[in-house]
Amino acid sequence: MIEAFLFPVFRSATPLMLAAMGGVWCERSGVTQIALEGIMLIGAFFGAVAAYSTGSAWLGFAGGMLAGMIFSSIYGVMVLHARANQIVAGMAMNFLAMGVPPVLSAFWYGSAGSTPMLPESARFEWFPIFFALASVVVSAVLYSKSRFGLRMRFAGEHPKALATAGVSVLVKRWQGVLISGALAAAAGAALSLCLASSYSRGMSAGRGFIALAAVILGKWKPIPTALACLLFGVAEAAQIRLQGVVLWGTEAVPVQFIQMLPYIVTLVVLAGFVGRAKAPEALGHME
Amino acid sequence: MILFLRTLLGVGAGLGAGLCVAAYVGESPWKVFKVLMGSSFGSAYSLGTTLLYAVPLLLTGMAVAIPFRAGLFNIGAEGQLTIGALTAASVAILFPDLPPFFAVLTALVAAALGGGLWGGFVGWLKATRGSHEVITSIMMNFIAAALASYVALYWIKDPSSAAAESVSISESYRLIPWTLFEGASMGLALPICLAIALILHFVLERSVFGFRLKAVGENENAAQYHGISRERVWIESMFLSGALAGLVALPEVLGNAYKFKLGFSPGYGFVGIAVALVARGKIIHILWSSLLFAVLQKGSASLDLETEHLNRDIVYWIQALIILGVSAEVLWSRIFQWRRERNRRKARST
Repeated sequence: MIEAFLFPVFRSATPLMLAAMGGVWCERSGVTQIALEGIMLIGAFFGAVAAYSTGSAWLGFAGGMLAGMIFSSIYGVMVLHARANQIVAGMAMNFLAMGVPPVLSAFWYGSAGSTPMLPESARFEWFPIFFALASVVVSAVLYSKSRFGLRMRFAGEHPKALATAGVSVLVKRWQGVLISGALAAAAGAALSLCLASSYSRGMSAGRGFIALAAVILGKWKPIPTALACLLFGVAEAAQIRLQGVVLWGTEAVPVQFIQMLPYIVTLVVLAGFVGRAKAPEALGHME
Repeated sequence: MILFLRTLLGVGAGLGAGLCVAAYVGESPWKVFKVLMGSSFGSAYSLGTTLLYAVPLLLTGMAVAIPFRAGLFNIGAEGQLTIGALTAASVAILFPDLPPFFAVLTALVAAALGGGLWGGFVGWLKATRGSHEVITSIMMNFIAAALASYVALYWIKDPSSAAAESVSISESYRLIPWTLFEGASMGLALPICLAIALILHFVLERSVFGFRLKAVGENENAAQYHGISRERVWIESMFLSGALAGLVALPEVLGNAYKFKLGFSPGYGFVGIAVALVARGKIIHILWSSLLFAVLQKGSASLDLETEHLNRDIVYWIQALIILGVSAEVLWSRIFQWRRERNRRKARST
């Protein structure tokens, strides 16, 4: 019973945790990151492309992360140098990520909807789950025990103090953007290389936004954020388990209400339990 | 004027970059441009169909622009328009026997109320619970999609149809398309929505309500000191925004399909964000920016048919690049500054 439930929970929580850790670092450094969803799609697509063309899951995963970093650096240039509004530019990145995979996969593979099925050898069974847990542990340690973590937090909380100490706020924020690109793309690669066996259109299915909700729910701290991801993982796993189950009366719960579950949980939790979550002081502001 | 020029520069840069992608996959940019223009304005029929995209975008563009003025970012227009169309269709199916004029009015109020409450809830959550509107409105989108699927499949389903769509609404609810457009389903919805836009333009620029919106958007603290409740402004602007998005039922349900079809919107709510951004939140500018994005939407369908290597998804690239181009404020202002300085230097040296 525990195995049958715990495994699906961790499987569902894996992409959420990876993307959410990216979100934590980016937002801690003072840059709003609503493009997690788009970066995930990019990671899922280029991860599958790299795995398919090299035949190696490892190279696929690395390729996906690299693509995510390149993609997020467009965002970095836009918000850190061209001073675009971060939410607006983030939405634009999400749009771009919806368009890039179908056009390229139609051009490369002749199908706009998905990449070719990956052979067993080019897929992962366990690795992304471990990678996600490792990213949480490493983030938590760096966050509270390292100079790097302290400086990242200051970049988002009190950039002037950081600058006065002789550390470049811009560099810290670039690091935040790139980390979020790598980790959110890893989340996408986990989808296409582990949870499924190829990239398919829109496969991130709102997970990037749920990861962002988890970041807010976890008050921008790694461990609470990871716990929030597990909560959403439970909701998603329950959603799969509940389909066709008769809870009361004679009819099965309509599938639509089960589909709503993770989103309603997010809303209730955001409205009810967080209280007024305190965002990093300088989040979204450029000096 | 310079602001307008900067916007134009951003749009041009985005469009140009998008067409370069077309060149990469082996399609001549000029041909893509011609296909886009031809399929949008080639005949009275295609103009009518383009307007069929433009009118919903006009509504959702305003739905994003109005809270934007108050400093809120409404990503929920997609969910709000789904709920608006759903309530309008449901009301029309529940009360099929209303007299013609009254019927349309009832459906309109239902659509505005449905969308308005859906959007207002997001404003209320922000005002009373402090939940960030971006996240909550995205969640409300997902919930709206699932709810619409439930209602369309279980409550108002057309049993004779294999698709997830409702039964047709009765004659008295229907807006008859103008013969001017040679068969495109565009009629009364166009002048009604234009009138709404003009009225809202004056409300935003000239009324106390418009001033309160702007005051909260520009400086929350100053507004609070002057006795303007930002919470009230948040709820009101999100309600109005949702109501506008809900009115998409007018061109789509009452004017075009005559029924609620699941997934009828090709992302009007999201494209509305781009529309509002390019217009910089000004209603008057939304009039042309909604047409611009309608051309892209309409043209994208033709790209599938008329080009070999491109599909409609290229439009996402163009939209994204236009948004990025327009939002790169500092880039363009630096370029203008640089030119101004060069001119000054020239003037000094002569």
